[in-house]
Amino acid sequence: MSSAATAPPSVDKVDGFSRKSVRKAKQKRAQSSSQFRSQDKPIELVQLPLLKDVSAQEQPELFLKKLQQCCTLFDFMDTLSDLKMKEYKRSTLNELVDYVTVSRGYLTEQTYPEVVKMVSYNIFRTLPPSDSNEFDPEEDEPTLEASWPHLQLVYEFFIRFLESQEFQPSIAKKYIDQKFVLQLLELFDSEDPRERDCLKTVLHRIYGKFLGLRAFIRKQINNIFLGFVYETEHFNGVAELLEILGSIINGFALPLKAEHKQFLVKVLLPLHSARSLSLFHAQLAYCIVQFLEKDPTLTEPVIRGLLKFWPKTCSQKEVMFLGELEEILDVIEPTQFVKIQEPLFKQISRCVSSPHFQVAERALYYWNNEYIMSLIEENSSVILPIMFASLYRISKEHWNPAISALIYNVLKAFMEMNSALFDELAATYKSDRQREKKKEKDREDLWRKLEELELRRGIQNSDGIIPT
Amino acid sequence: MAGAEGEDSLYPIAVLIDELRNEDVQLRLNSIKKLSTIALALGVERTRTELLPFLTDTIYDEDEVLLALAEQLGNFTMLVGGPEYVHCLLPPLESLATVEETVVRDKAVESLRKISQEHSPVDLEVHFEPLVKRLASGDWFTSRTSACGLFSVCYPRVSSTVKAEIRQHFRTLCSDDTPMFAKVLELDYVKSDIIPLFTALASDEQDSVRLLAVEACVSIATLLPQEDLETLVMPTLRQAAEDKSWRVRYMVADKFSELQKAVGPEITKNDLVPAFQNLLKDCEAEVRAAAANKVKEFCENLPEDSRENIIMTHVLPCVKELVSDTNQHVKSALASVIMGLSTILGKDNTVEHLLPLFLAQLKDECPEVRLNIISNLDCVNEVIGIRQLSQSLLPAIVELAEDAKWRVRLAIIEYMPLLAGQLGVEFFDEKLNSLCMAWLVDHVYAIREAATCNLMKLVEKFGAEWAQNTIVPKVLGMANDPNYLHRMTTLFCINALSEACGQEITTKHMLPVVLKMSNDQVANVRFNVAKSLQKIGPVIDSNALQTEVKPVLEKLATDQDMDVKYFAQEAISGM
Repeated sequence: MSSAATAPPSVDKVDGFSRKSVRKAKQKRAQSSSQFRSQDKPIELVQLPLLKDVSAQEQPELFLKKLQQCCTLFDFMDTLSDLKMKEYKRSTLNELVDYVTVSRGYLTEQTYPEVVKMVSYNIFRTLPPSDSNEFDPEEDEPTLEASWPHLQLVYEFFIRFLESQEFQPSIAKKYIDQKFVLQLLELFDSEDPRERDCLKTVLHRIYGKFLGLRAFIRKQINNIFLGFVYETEHFNGVAELLEILGSIINGFALPLKAEHKQFLVKVLLPLHSARSLSLFHAQLAYCIVQFLEKDPTLTEPVIRGLLKFWPKTCSQKEVMFLGELEEILDVIEPTQFVKIQEPLFKQISRCVSSPHFQVAERALYYWNNEYIMSLIEENSSVILPIMFASLYRISKEHWNPAISALIYNVLKAFMEMNSALFDELAATYKSDRQREKKKEKDREDLWRKLEELELRRGIQNSDGIIPT
Repeated sequence: MAGAEGEDSLYPIAVLIDELRNEDVQLRLNSIKKLSTIALALGVERTRTELLPFLTDTIYDEDEVLLALAEQLGNFTMLVGGPEYVHCLLPPLESLATVEETVVRDKAVESLRKISQEHSPVDLEVHFEPLVKRLASGDWFTSRTSACGLFSVCYPRVSSTVKAEIRQHFRTLCSDDTPMFAKVLELDYVKSDIIPLFTALASDEQDSVRLLAVEACVSIATLLPQEDLETLVMPTLRQAAEDKSWRVRYMVADKFSELQKAVGPEITKNDLVPAFQNLLKDCEAEVRAAAANKVKEFCENLPEDSRENIIMTHVLPCVKELVSDTNQHVKSALASVIMGLSTILGKDNTVEHLLPLFLAQLKDECPEVRLNIISNLDCVNEVIGIRQLSQSLLPAIVELAEDAKWRVRLAIIEYMPLLAGQLGVEFFDEKLNSLCMAWLVDHVYAIREAATCNLMKLVEKFGAEWAQNTIVPKVLGMANDPNYLHRMTTLFCINALSEACGQEITTKHMLPVVLKMSNDQVANVRFNVAKSLQKIGPVIDSNALQTEVKPVLEKLATDQDMDVKYFAQEAISGM
């Protein structure tokens, strides 16, 4: 405690909460790397001539030699060791990046395995453990990869290689295989956002060029997401993978295969239940909407899925769900709307009466959306009875005046839409409430009777065969 | 159960099913939890023909509801008419066993395992085994995962041809490429087949599979006779302890005590001691922390004849290095167990070897380390007494008491009563009392709350007289604080202290202050006055209650603030 000493002795302030941030500016130390076991002796690499300094015939061989040299790894946690050689490798990598960008005719068959080997040696590693036990991606600084000066160039080199005009997937597929892709996907868990960004481009290129790997990549992404949702709740690259998926989904042929629909319902929808949804919600919502634009008949399962995973306690997430739902409603077909309007508006009616004003407000904003308004209007005879009770009740008792005002507008809109039904509902409001209460009492009666019956049976069969 | 059929028909299935379909999840959940009552009302016949088909068809619901359903169905045998009809429960459970949510699936498997015991051998082959096969060859991973959990229950009770089929399924699943799948596999076994499969898993390319093989290592080692361990398990274990992935090594460290128990004293001495040393010196902090956590348990479980020798020559040198580790998690893991070593090593060794380490850790820059040491003081107290440490303790406590993280402050508050008891009232009054009072005005509510509770415990320890002289005046003084949160703290303290202080102090000193506060301008203070009056009512003598408390409450009951009114009325009705 320290507030007694430092809190200002303000006398007239009624609000007693001192709002000073205790969180100290965190010293930035976040650097880590699991790549290197300490080496005992200093590393020596033979300095090779520059590629541009040798004749065209000699270049391919020198290129291979340089690739082999770049397989040597350095300890970046020790900032003092092998400085010269680290610099040499850096400049060599730079040279290789330039070389694959501008040269022609360098890509012989022998170079493929060497390139893949060099890339594998450098990027594949067990990722370092997260520094704090409960790493919170929203609050904490990510741990940056210490060996980034080299790693970045390796990624850049690999991307240029994949994008090169001479690149032939038919040869490369021998080396860029399932195992390679699997290791690549595991790296998406890297805490370093720069690395994830490079990986995104790499994976995108591979997906684009290797038709034979596409199904495998999708399946492995499935596995990562399922593990994330149901087991670990931890994976740093969800947003990046979803971004790639967004463009993959865009390219799906119609009609959609069962496999893709399954992916939507069994993987993408459950992702909504993740605690860290805010980190990838935009990308996820994009994927969902992509699916619906491809195939509107998926609207019903998607909305039912969202309703199933609707947040119970987290208001921030509820606001995100409402945002996504609005995106979906923006593209919904009227025939689909009719199919889900009842469960949908039951949920919206709960949101509208949420004591959390941001949730209520977000839901009430739907009435500012012209397209949604037109859908509501067409179906007002169904929607109005669902919404009426909560609107009517909340209009009188919500604590937040802004919400009350919004509700008033909504009620007004309903009145204009269907005044006969509105008047009828207003007139029967009280008796409806009483009927509900009666129903509730009947329920309780039923259960009481059932329990009596159970008790009686229990006594009858006192030898205890009734399981409890 | 026959003879009650007429009564059962009183309850139309539709009404009951409506309950299971209620819009409100909570109500639906309640109904599912009382599913047995519903089944009872329907009778066995209609449970089989109407309720179960309904449940099988409407499996799409919230996971929480499904979980309750999966659990209920495991106890349903009698409700469907006994073992003869138990197979009726298979269809709904089969669907539940394919759900994505792991908790639901596991519960469904658990229930399936349970009711499998109630199947006759014939039913097992006719109904249960085909279900397992269907699950095992399902194309979505969930059903295959569930199948894994069922092999072991039906295997022993089926004919040898079916046994062979099951083994075949097991082998196919093991080579399945869904990693999630391999994770479950280790749980079950078929003894003759498991070792080669296990060895293959242990050298799998994905470290997430290898690390689960470590877990399996423990169960396999417990199962095998001692003489087979060396050839069948130890190579894998040694390999895992030096795996290139830190996650695998972490797993070894994490499971070390279990491994130690499973392999027995001889292998522990020859193999595990050096392995443990290596883990304590691992290059990855995560691994060192996991190993450090196990130091005490490892030492405790060493064979008695060589225990002290091994600790002194092999373990302690590593521990000494860890005390000054660069990583705070390692240090704090060590600090949470290191005190436990003193009971194992005895007084002399503790004073000579461990005490310097404790003192070093008490001065550590990381608050968690210090806190962990302080929270385990009782272990040392038993062996050498706390006095040896008191000089180093005080600065450590003071610093923790003012730590910037409120959770750290909270933790140290919780140890105050313990410390006070061990250090004595004099030491406490002189050095720690001011800290305890300062916490009452902390800007975090949880700290103020804990501080109040702490005062109560101290009063219980040191007595009412001590309270009257040292803390009551300070607490009551806060009633005039300009900050209403501090004024409320006075009320909370009074709530906590009144009972421990007794009638006299409460009526004479505390009550007037509370009554005066009923005129506070902040409504929150006023309704807390009402709450306090209700709380301390039983301690106050009845005369004061009628003449002083009641009029004040009656006045509060007419307050313009809704909450004040409510709590005043509550208090009056409770009088």
